[in-house]
Amino acid sequence: MSDTTLTATHHDATHAHGHGHHHADGHDPNLQHHFTEMAQQFDAAKIGMWLFLATEILLFGGLFVGFGMQQAKFPEAFKAAHHHLDWQLGALNTVVLLVSSFTMVIAVWASMTGRRKTLITNLILTLACAGTFLVVKYFEYSHKIHDGLLPGKFYSYAHGQPNEYIFFSFYFMMTGLHGIHVVLGMVAIGWILVRALKGDFGPGYYTPVDLVGLYWHLVDLIWIYLFPLLYLIS
Amino acid sequence: MSSHAHSHENDWKIYLGVLLALLTLTVITVGASRIDFGSLNVIIAVVIATVKASLVALFFMHLRHDKAINSLIFLSSLMFLSFLLILCLIDVGSRIEPKPANWKGPDKGLMSPRDLDKPATPAGTAPGMAPAPATEAPKPAAPAH
Amino acid sequence: MATTTTPVVHKGHEAPKDYLNDQPGIWSWMTTVDHKRIGVMYLWSVLGAFLLGGLFALALRLELLTPKEDFMNAETYNKVFTLHGAIMVFLFIIPAVPAALGNFVLPLMLGAKDVAFPRLNLASYYIYVTGAIMAVAAMVTGGVDTGWTFYTPYSTTTTGAVTLMALSVFVLGFSSIFTGINFVATVHKLRAPGMGWFDLPLFVWGIYATAIIQVLATPVIGITTVLLVMERVFQVGIFDARLGGDPVLFQHFFWFYSHPAVYIMILPGMAIISELIPTHSKKHIFGYRAIAFSSIAIALISFIVWGHHMFTSGQSQLAAAIFSFLTFLVAIPSGVKVFNWVATMYRGSIALNTPMLYALSFLLLFTIGGLTGIFLGALSVDIHLHDTYFIVAHFHYVMMGGTVIAFIGGLFHWWPKIYGRMYNERWGQISAWLVFWGFNVTFFSQFFMGSQGMPRRYFSYLDQFQPWHVASTVGSWILALGLFVAAGTLLASLRKPKDAPANPWGSKTMEWETQSPPIAHNFEHTPVLTHGPYDYSPEPVGRRR
Repeated sequence: MSDTTLTATHHDATHAHGHGHHHADGHDPNLQHHFTEMAQQFDAAKIGMWLFLATEILLFGGLFVGFGMQQAKFPEAFKAAHHHLDWQLGALNTVVLLVSSFTMVIAVWASMTGRRKTLITNLILTLACAGTFLVVKYFEYSHKIHDGLLPGKFYSYAHGQPNEYIFFSFYFMMTGLHGIHVVLGMVAIGWILVRALKGDFGPGYYTPVDLVGLYWHLVDLIWIYLFPLLYLIS
Repeated sequence: MSSHAHSHENDWKIYLGVLLALLTLTVITVGASRIDFGSLNVIIAVVIATVKASLVALFFMHLRHDKAINSLIFLSSLMFLSFLLILCLIDVGSRIEPKPANWKGPDKGLMSPRDLDKPATPAGTAPGMAPAPATEAPKPAAPAH
Repeated sequence: MATTTTPVVHKGHEAPKDYLNDQPGIWSWMTTVDHKRIGVMYLWSVLGAFLLGGLFALALRLELLTPKEDFMNAETYNKVFTLHGAIMVFLFIIPAVPAALGNFVLPLMLGAKDVAFPRLNLASYYIYVTGAIMAVAAMVTGGVDTGWTFYTPYSTTTTGAVTLMALSVFVLGFSSIFTGINFVATVHKLRAPGMGWFDLPLFVWGIYATAIIQVLATPVIGITTVLLVMERVFQVGIFDARLGGDPVLFQHFFWFYSHPAVYIMILPGMAIISELIPTHSKKHIFGYRAIAFSSIAIALISFIVWGHHMFTSGQSQLAAAIFSFLTFLVAIPSGVKVFNWVATMYRGSIALNTPMLYALSFLLLFTIGGLTGIFLGALSVDIHLHDTYFIVAHFHYVMMGGTVIAFIGGLFHWWPKIYGRMYNERWGQISAWLVFWGFNVTFFSQFFMGSQGMPRRYFSYLDQFQPWHVASTVGSWILALGLFVAAGTLLASLRKPKDAPANPWGSKTMEWETQSPPIAHNFEHTPVLTHGPYDYSPEPVGRRR
């Protein structure tokens, strides 16, 4: 069942040519049996992750469309409602996520260029930023709960305009779904960190770091749209 | 192969530059929101956000140097999402809703869903009439589609 | 027509190892990452769902023999037709061809050892099982009476297990998404050396186009079911007019997925037909590129026609007119395919065997279904026919006369490869005739009563419709008999030894170049492409197509 090795077409692809440790028969231990080359496996993994990101865009997109439709229907109520949001905390969270995206791409770059310490440091920094984001959101949510500005039937804020509760339904659904993705992202980054500490990654194989990085950037991308639409429209 | 590794050594500078651009654009977003452009507010906010998103996608997510298929996947998802948005907006934006003769103006709306009387609905029957039918909604369609 | 792979010939008396027996025991199946085993597990699961949904259908048709209540009251009837629809759509027809046949055949057709992400493939199967369990749980804990379309505000206010069923749809959506992701990546990166895009069998093009839809459309039903649950449980205010929401918005969201979903259903069926007809006509496919591109065109255009399900729902006339126009567009690539299949058969050496009989049934029945879809795409006609039995007949002609019949034909076609046995050909043909006639009696009558005004989803009706209903019910019994004969024919073959040749049909696609059933890793040596998938000419005709 030997693989007839193909003449390795030298891709211009982002390099995943295996020059790490090899088995006796020359195969990188990270090469899965149904692929014939590391570059092929890497490209396939990337396509797979981008397809998954496409599904996330459409998932969140539905919420954005719903938000847009309701905002078009109740512009005054939405305008009044968003004043309850602290734009400074929102801006802080935006900065935090942008920085976390930076540390994440540095981590990917570090794994690509063999900088193990940089990789580990930046994964930890990314986790720290993500944690900060969640802490800020915790304070925001606490404040809302205190004021009775809750989603759907839990909304009990007595002042303000009619239909403002619809804004808060969307606020909690969108930031909540986003928050769930932040938590899942932290789990994924944590797993990558554990593997990085074990020395699993290097210039010959860093695919999981790259893929988790892509996911994390998407989490940032979604917030880039959430922030102005929820916090800033006036 | 090993030559590839060298060409990436200075990438961190590009990433840092992109981060600074993103932070600057964030400041601009906040600043622009203080000015009332009327109906353009949302558009301006979305345009700035899109510039930021493009930077993240092109540089942080490596789309600039990556195979075209990945960009195609990303852009396709946005394109199809836009179909949903556009056609829904066309629908809602072009509905002609004649008002009844005793029209008194739009319903005020609820302060909270708790203010809604929720009739119990036994299985198999249509929900009871709401006390204050929302008049923003289009005419009710035939039941059980 | 030389190939570089030869079926394994084992000396000695023991049966050659294949993917079915090389690792024994249930645990090896439950933890398999072999696409063939996963395909087989999916196959039996979707057939179980088909049986359950079919029993519900027989029950409905039995109740409809008379206009009065026979053994189901109205509430029960509502639940039964809802569950019939939901099971058939979400548990059977959406996964069936891609996840059962596609999983098995696609890597073999590409000359690959597996799909791109084998573990994701197994995850997709277990997610399907989870969703199926949730759906069954919804059935037994109160049932759902909203129709499979869950329209608001009824679905947000009625009692019953709507929330659980909606969440099961959410879960099942992920199974479909993961299958789609896997297939796109597989087709891009795991083709055999020398196999370009235009060397691919058309089955691959069809499955690829389906996978695009699975990835891009399914997330929207995901968020729709989440929003439905949010509205139902928390009254968030998006779909319920009393809360400031818009019930038509639910329909926009729902059909944005569910219309492309019907192309998830039919494209794989068409993909199968594109294999059955050339193989059993021993003739090169007519218009390879037209068929290939039409699959992609259908996938793309399918996303912008969803409003034709909503002509009477309250969307604006402008939106309705736009959707009607776009709907006519989507018929064109389907028409191209039908013409090309018929042209393929012309002057071919046609074998009227079981797979071919099912393929011929498809040609007629899908054409009827597709044409009636065009009738319905005309706004003024649809105002009259919407929510009547005409609609029911239309979609059964395309979904059942189309996809299910193609699926059964595909099962008969690939059964020797999957299980290494030849079934009894005579009984296979009998099943095809019973299914064809039973289907037509069941559903053609419904066109008539629909155009005369018989509404759908009604458990009682005016006396004038009773003859049609009786005919339809009798047809359902013939159809059911045919399906049981088909199942029995295939099952009976499993008692025989595995004596099927590698290529019983003389087909030119790569899955037939390995033994039947295949070895665990598909091919002894990485196959090299030496001819096109439809090179049935006595001599190669110029450039491979």
